[in-house]
Amino acid sequence: MLPFIARRLAATIPVLAIVAVLVFLLLRLTPGDPAAILAGDAANVEQIAKIRAGLGLDRSIPVQFAIWLGQMLSGDLGESFYFKMKVTDLIGQRIEPTLALAAVTIVIAVLVAVPLGVLAAWRFGGWLDRALMGFSVLGFSVPVFVLAYILIWVVSLKLGWLPVQGYRRIADGFLPFLRHLILPSITLSVIYIALIARVTRAAVLDTLGEDYIRTARAKGLSESRVLVRHALANAAVPIATVIGLGIALLIGGVVVTESVYAIPGLGRLTVDAVLARDFPTIQGVILLFSFTYVLVNLLVDLSYVFFDPRIRY
Amino acid sequence: MLGIGFAARFAALLLALLASATALAQDKVLRTVPHSNLAVLDPIWTTAYMSRNHGYMIYDTLFGTDEKSQIKPQMVDSWTESPDHRLWTFKLRKGLEFHDGKPVTGEDVVASISRWSKRDSMGQVLATFIERMDAPAPDTFRMFLREPCGFVLEALGKPSANVPFIMPKRIADTDAFKQIEEHIGSGPYVFKRDEFKPGAIAVYTRNPKYVPRKEPPSGTTGSKQVYVDRVEWILALRDAQTQVIALQKGEIDMIERVPFEQIVPLRADKTIELVKKDPTGFQYIGRFNHLHPPFNNVKVRRAAIAAFDQEAFLKAQIGVKDLYRTCPSMYTCGTTYATPVGSEIQSKSNMRKAQALLKESGYDGTTVVILKPTDIATINKLPDVGAQLLRQAGFKVDVQAMDWQTMVGRRTKKDPPDKGGWNLFFTAFVAPDMWNPIANFGLNGACEKAWQGWPCDARLEELRSQFAHSTDEAAKRKIAEQLQARGFEIGTHAPVGEYVAPAAVRKGVRGLVTGPGDFYWGIRKD
Repeated sequence: MLPFIARRLAATIPVLAIVAVLVFLLLRLTPGDPAAILAGDAANVEQIAKIRAGLGLDRSIPVQFAIWLGQMLSGDLGESFYFKMKVTDLIGQRIEPTLALAAVTIVIAVLVAVPLGVLAAWRFGGWLDRALMGFSVLGFSVPVFVLAYILIWVVSLKLGWLPVQGYRRIADGFLPFLRHLILPSITLSVIYIALIARVTRAAVLDTLGEDYIRTARAKGLSESRVLVRHALANAAVPIATVIGLGIALLIGGVVVTESVYAIPGLGRLTVDAVLARDFPTIQGVILLFSFTYVLVNLLVDLSYVFFDPRIRY
Repeated sequence: MLGIGFAARFAALLLALLASATALAQDKVLRTVPHSNLAVLDPIWTTAYMSRNHGYMIYDTLFGTDEKSQIKPQMVDSWTESPDHRLWTFKLRKGLEFHDGKPVTGEDVVASISRWSKRDSMGQVLATFIERMDAPAPDTFRMFLREPCGFVLEALGKPSANVPFIMPKRIADTDAFKQIEEHIGSGPYVFKRDEFKPGAIAVYTRNPKYVPRKEPPSGTTGSKQVYVDRVEWILALRDAQTQVIALQKGEIDMIERVPFEQIVPLRADKTIELVKKDPTGFQYIGRFNHLHPPFNNVKVRRAAIAAFDQEAFLKAQIGVKDLYRTCPSMYTCGTTYATPVGSEIQSKSNMRKAQALLKESGYDGTTVVILKPTDIATINKLPDVGAQLLRQAGFKVDVQAMDWQTMVGRRTKKDPPDKGGWNLFFTAFVAPDMWNPIANFGLNGACEKAWQGWPCDARLEELRSQFAHSTDEAAKRKIAEQLQARGFEIGTHAPVGEYVAPAAVRKGVRGLVTGPGDFYWGIRKD
């Protein structure tokens, strides 16, 4: 397996290189001038030109690319145009809230969706199954920000149970940390609950028709044991795949959630960086997202070995 | 003995803990949502209003502008002007001290003014008058002018970007085109650099060494006494709906500028108060690109101005009647130089007149490209209204939607509209940026060096120069009138109305200072 892991990790290098080049070129082709944004509304053309020169944006694109490549190869993501900080420091400041939000969201999604999916498959065609399917459609259809506003209005404003916005670091205490993450995580998890529950239901439904399930039941095993040990275990590969995909998709999902709940994470940083045409920050964050995506996919592939011993790399 | 000693130590520790808890409980923290994000911490390097507001927290100014647009001394105690108006001598107030404990000296002032005058539009004009500056005593500085200048105090007391904030010499000596690294001033608050998280939070604590003036606060003048221990700008809270709910729930104390669509529901909320802290407010303008057809033709520009009914813009964009006003002046209404002189082309016009003027102009049907920033809620409806009015007048119009930052970049381009340039955009300026002929961006006719749109008019520049040289207030008003009349005559830009943006505070937050900007001194929290 080690050679497989090494090969996959090595394969991330060309992927990241392609992403890096594409992002660099796309940003330079996008309309918008970081110097004009930094200079403010009242600046004249001469002042903007001086700022542009200060940022190195007056150089040709190949020269800018060569400089950036040199920085990248030495492990330096550059300095944010907008925030005047090292991009690595900026990402370091913002990564905890995003990781925390993603982790709590995935935990909620998996804990709710997998049992629901298994139960729906078990009671295929029954009220639970229909209710779950209905919930899935709703979960997919309701935009994240609408759900966020409803939850804020009901849970925070009317009931006063949880804070409306903000983030507390885990170092400031676990309870405040959790209180600030519950609503954003529920908001974000709904769509993943819908997705994972549907896939779980379909996968378990497939396995419930297999001969070994009939054999297990014939042996007199309890229904719960049949469902968990035999049906769910054999349906795990597609479920793990969709959870992995969910983690990767979460990176995109946090943008809206972080904005509505005022969580200073990578999603909000991406929005700010894009709005300010902060090229170094956008490049840094996208590279991080790409690397995370590749890494999560690798972990999902490796998890197949655990769920299905027949799989060998 | 051991037992007694332990008990005593334990009691002492408990008391200390209690005392510290009480101190923490007594700390008054004002949590507020500023109108935008704070990125650049150097208020001289950029004209961004957020950087200006950050500047007002930590720096002080030599002069200020009160709520009636009058210039008053701030750090300056007294000053004299020589009979030939060429030597100005200023004496600083006693006890002024920077946050690092060093006294504010004339040398700090000279270095600060020098750096500011390299960046600010008004400062650049002032610099053309200054022969040299010096600091003959620690509490004194002098300005030697080549010739009399009519706006020395207006420049030193200008309330909006770039504000001539006073910094320690070692910081002010930084190249004006490089951002400063240290953020030390002598203002009412101390910036907590270690707690600043860009895009998340900016923290300021009360400056215990600040020496306030005796006069009551008004605009950027008077006492800048601070009544809270700490101000937190919640920069991460950018969603308008969440801001309002957080205010209603008491998680924040204030929203600097409330979106117009939230005004009506907030007025119905008994726990919230809307405060019009800046009655002069903002002026909307439509800016023509003088370089390209059709607006390189003065008659076409005048036809467009005639079509621009201010009420139509304001109704669509603001909607709340008591928050907007029409204004027949290129200088913000309610300020010193505001006048209707020369504005008849717009104020007494109608669509028929606009159509007739357009016909006279020989307009050939060239499409007018209007830039529309979709993401700025305070101006995003103006382009649609402008387009409709222009169509009614007989123009062909293409409204191009984009985000604000794309627009900011695009409007600096001098290329023809079909090659990435533009013909018309709308924006808003805070009153001080428009209230006199030197500050007013629209009335600068210096061709390539003018603000975007690049009007080129020798008469306009001559009048601006006369205004700059005049030391007589009556004469200055006369020149300002002539300048405005010339502005309307050649159609530099079109004022399309004015508005005020109220702040929303929770009941119990009071003392917001009235004036042209967002200021945090004088605020009390019960």
